[in-house]
Amino acid sequence: MQRVILHSDCNNFYASVECLHRPEIRDKPVAVTGDAELRHGIVLAKNDIAKKYGVQTGEPIWAARQKCAGLVLVPANFPLYLRFSRLCRQIYLDYTDRVEPFGLDEAWLDVTGSARLLGDGRQIAQDIRRRIRYELGITVSIGVSYNKIFAKLGSDLKKPDAVSVLSKDNYKQRVWPLPAENLLYVGPATKRKLSAFGVHTIGAVANTPAKVLRAKFGKWGDILWCFANGLDTSPVAAFDACTPVKSIGNSTTAPRDLQTPEDIAVVYTVLADSVARRMREQGVWGRTVTICIRDNQLYSITRQCRMERYSDLTSDILHTAMDLFGRVYHWSHPVRSVGLSVSDLIPAAGWAQTDLFRDEHRRLRQERLNRSVDWLKSRFGSYCVRPAVLLTDETLSRFDPKSEHTIHPVGYFRR
Amino acid sequence: MRKVYVKVTADFDPQGRIIPLCLTWEDGAQYFIDRVLDVRPAASMKAGGAGIRYTCRIQGREKYIWLEENRWFVEAKR
Repeated sequence: MQRVILHSDCNNFYASVECLHRPEIRDKPVAVTGDAELRHGIVLAKNDIAKKYGVQTGEPIWAARQKCAGLVLVPANFPLYLRFSRLCRQIYLDYTDRVEPFGLDEAWLDVTGSARLLGDGRQIAQDIRRRIRYELGITVSIGVSYNKIFAKLGSDLKKPDAVSVLSKDNYKQRVWPLPAENLLYVGPATKRKLSAFGVHTIGAVANTPAKVLRAKFGKWGDILWCFANGLDTSPVAAFDACTPVKSIGNSTTAPRDLQTPEDIAVVYTVLADSVARRMREQGVWGRTVTICIRDNQLYSITRQCRMERYSDLTSDILHTAMDLFGRVYHWSHPVRSVGLSVSDLIPAAGWAQTDLFRDEHRRLRQERLNRSVDWLKSRFGSYCVRPAVLLTDETLSRFDPKSEHTIHPVGYFRR
Repeated sequence: MRKVYVKVTADFDPQGRIIPLCLTWEDGAQYFIDRVLDVRPAASMKAGGAGIRYTCRIQGREKYIWLEENRWFVEAKR
């Protein structure tokens, strides 16, 4: 049976929510930005008027201002966006339980089973579009198709506040002329490689023999070929399905450039504390520690190493990260931002192989210390107990990645 | 239009329904709600916000009151 899949995409999500709450700026060019004081000053979202001036998501505030002098800058208010994202999902859940969010502002819905009760895909999509505009005051574009990839392409075809249907009868006319980079997972590098042998559109990808693509891109070649031909069969996950965690990490751009190993130690202490606490909350131990470093010339490197054994101790993770940093970074430039993540996760078993050459008592004491501090922090907040090193520079250490970082990037192939 | 958060006295019935009874304006004036005519989720484009919109009859006139999470607001002329 042919599936009916919707992909709903909130138009200029952050900017739309801000414009709803501030009627006075609705007819002006608006950009939602990160905090410039903390050097997070980039454009996170813009409205259609700002788009006409060429303002782009991800560019620094000064560059956006050069393009558009009257640009209204609005600081991001993430709790508000989370609320609207939740309200959108509540509306989707009125139509099906197969709602798979893709970030805050997008979601796939499989309404195959509701079609007999609530009308065909187009009718359901129109209903959702009208309800979101009326009930939430923002607009969505919805693509309706028989697979997730075409549904996503459909939601990009007509904006804002529109529904596009891509069926087996019309996809060759509507999807195939689109540029290849509109396809999920065709980024700048893949686009360049495709262009090199004359493939510029999705239709051209579809009509290239699969084995040619496979020779060029490996298994991704097959995947792209399936995507382009509408043969993707990946299901829309049930709303409450949880995917196993593969890694836990945090990163931050420091409020000022980090000049010395002491500065690095302060920031990594905060990151390691957040990562290790999240690991303990999830009940996992990890072994591979990955750090990424970006200098003030915006050149970045990522390096990883393995710990001797699986651990969830803050001190183990911190020491491994600092040790790795010392080995791979030679201070050619001051550091702008750093990240830390732990992968190769296993369920915390409660027992571990002891080691003749390590002080196991110390390890047990560390474990008890971590547990007590976790409890204090969950009760009195992240700032209630802190290592003394964090008091050396409060401007660097005064951030709380664990509770501030609530919006995670997602991938299409999560399982 | 201005968005004005107001103090509301409401009735919580055993079924979980919330019915506003009386609202207190910024200047302290009290207005009793004669009747709730309609309840639905809706956005306020004029004041800017979204929530549960109550259409109420107050002193013979129909007025909207919104419940936004745990605060009530109305659209006010200036």
